[in-house]
Amino acid sequence: MSVALELPDRPVRVALVGAPNAGKTTLFNSLTGSSARVGNYPGVTVERREGTLRRAERAVRVLDLPGTYSVVGETPDEQIVEKVLAGRLAGEPELDGIVAVVDATTLRRGLGLLRELLKRGRPTALVLTMIDEVRARGGKLEPAKLSALLGIPVLGVVGHRGVGMDPLFRILQEPARWSRPAVLPPAETPAARFAWVDEICRKVGATELEPDTRTDRIDRVLLHPVLGVAVFGLVMVLLFQSIFSWAVPAMDAIDAGFGALGRAARDALPASWATDLLTDGVIAGVGSVLVFLPQIVILFSFIHLLQDVGYMARAAFVVDRVMGWVGLQGRSFVPLLSCYACAVPGIMAARTIQSPRERLATILVSPFMTCSARLPVYTLLIAAFVPHTTLFGVIGLQGLVLFGLYCLGALTALCSAALLGSTLLRGTPSVFYMELPPYRWPTARILGRQVWHSARAFLKRAGTMILATSIVLFCLLSFPRAAPDPARSEAETARANLEASAAAHLGRAIEPAIAPLGFDWKIGVGLIASLAAREVIVATLAQTYAVASKDDFTGLRDALRGDVDPRTGKPVFGLPVALALCVFFVFALQCTSTVVVMARETGSWRWPALAFSYMLTLAWLGSFVTYRVSSALLG
Amino acid sequence: MRAELRNEPYPEAIPLEALQVGVAATIAPPEPGREIPRRLGDLGFVPGTELWIVRRAPFGDPIELEIRGYRMCLRAEQIANLRVTPRGDAP
Repeated sequence: MSVALELPDRPVRVALVGAPNAGKTTLFNSLTGSSARVGNYPGVTVERREGTLRRAERAVRVLDLPGTYSVVGETPDEQIVEKVLAGRLAGEPELDGIVAVVDATTLRRGLGLLRELLKRGRPTALVLTMIDEVRARGGKLEPAKLSALLGIPVLGVVGHRGVGMDPLFRILQEPARWSRPAVLPPAETPAARFAWVDEICRKVGATELEPDTRTDRIDRVLLHPVLGVAVFGLVMVLLFQSIFSWAVPAMDAIDAGFGALGRAARDALPASWATDLLTDGVIAGVGSVLVFLPQIVILFSFIHLLQDVGYMARAAFVVDRVMGWVGLQGRSFVPLLSCYACAVPGIMAARTIQSPRERLATILVSPFMTCSARLPVYTLLIAAFVPHTTLFGVIGLQGLVLFGLYCLGALTALCSAALLGSTLLRGTPSVFYMELPPYRWPTARILGRQVWHSARAFLKRAGTMILATSIVLFCLLSFPRAAPDPARSEAETARANLEASAAAHLGRAIEPAIAPLGFDWKIGVGLIASLAAREVIVATLAQTYAVASKDDFTGLRDALRGDVDPRTGKPVFGLPVALALCVFFVFALQCTSTVVVMARETGSWRWPALAFSYMLTLAWLGSFVTYRVSSALLG
Repeated sequence: MRAELRNEPYPEAIPLEALQVGVAATIAPPEPGREIPRRLGDLGFVPGTELWIVRRAPFGDPIELEIRGYRMCLRAEQIANLRVTPRGDAP
């Protein structure tokens, strides 16, 4: 007898189990609405989703287990499923009912999984999704007949249209009253299990489905050896373009809006450190969180659209072999590509990678991709120090250096992925499963909801933390202050304040560590400031060199060129230092937002700590080699 | 006759990897000392089952195949132990 009957106040707990593309997530969303809570299972990169059943008379908690084809655990997500089903996962109460979610068009495979679930002897129900597809393809499947044969409740639904949901809402409230199967023949081997499946299918009269001709026709083009690669390239260029340039107007507007808000607050309040904290710390900090939103919204609209239409799986299918060379999967491609705009949405996009091992590897190497925040740093240093000449009359040297920096980042990402696969993540088994779902028209409502969920998840899970760290960094850079001196100009005051700040002390403290790279304490301060976001170093350098504004690009460039080390009388900045600094930015994980998102997405601070130290080590070594080699060659 | 002498019950069996696109085949028992991986068993890859390769990805791998009325993609490395007997006709 179930405990739920004895203690009616305890919430009923049911879990959805099914293959990755069985429509489980769509079903879960319609069952739980906006009550879903997304987290991680302790210690693994496996997402845990739980929600409360809507329209229910009693409390029913619905757990959406990771998609799986098998209930014997080898990979982290399969192990979670196995342990939760057996009631052996710490912190997960026993289940009152198991709901097998089976795509009706892949009935035989689904029944194979159901057979394994029935072995557990817990109340089990079967939900057949996409039954409209079966009819559209000339098939016949009667849930009632199947229910009579199996001895358990069987319901057919069309999750994305809400068809057949009412009875499901009803039965989910009382799993203790579900009918239980008759005695099942033993099915220890796959052969025996599938003999049982074939028997059931024969008895229920499930006929073979006609091929999905529309999907086949489209696939002949989209997966064509030549055309397919061309279409893939085109879609990726479009996706890249959308986050790289379409998001810019909105980001600029957010930037300008918060700038104006800060100025308005400054004008309205008396000049004091508290006002500075409010305007440059809090208001600018909120702006620095919201500025990520346009890219996240655009990228996720794109990804969810491609996913709902059915192209995401095809894109992964096309590029899988290439990504497989470094131990990643086809699904790693879109997240990594997105990282060219910004690692924050890119790392979030890694959720589309089903196997935890490849997802983790993708997340860890993401920050190496040259994000748009590095561009202002590269532009400044290259414009200031790389000669404006052309090679062979056509190739600009400055552009070539910039291209080299981009390639260095991408190559390091791929090599690091291969390295991770053969070291830290070695021995963690992983399987490759992929299905090419039928093409479908997307629905605006579902698309909108998915994008909204992504944006909200970012704001709730990462936004607060990013805000907090940016305020801490602001304080480091602003306090303590220099004694006021009316004789100084505004730019000189800013410089004096920075030189007196805690960050400047830190910059001086780390000078011995960065001196071998050719960096002085002023660059040290810039490096500390760039922890907030990489491009901040440009503003900090402007402040250190008392340039009136960070937008005074020529002024800053000339100030950098003219800076002389008081001890040696030689210029501080030269081409070797500029190149070394660029290389430092290629490698180092100087972005607290990325660190925070990485921690949130992997469910642990261990991984971002590892990535940070690994990347810092590479940055130091890379800059050291660059500085020494280029000094020797040029000096 | 030769097959009997060499004690090979399925002389025509070839690696699934070598099966041509669009040709129906039957899964043969694995070679002695080898097994069909449990995961493939869970997906219904059982000796005697019919399957055919729908397509290969543009770069040759993975392959999409149809078995038991559904399609799925697998990498060549996963199906390395699978041997099939081509039926020589379209599915």
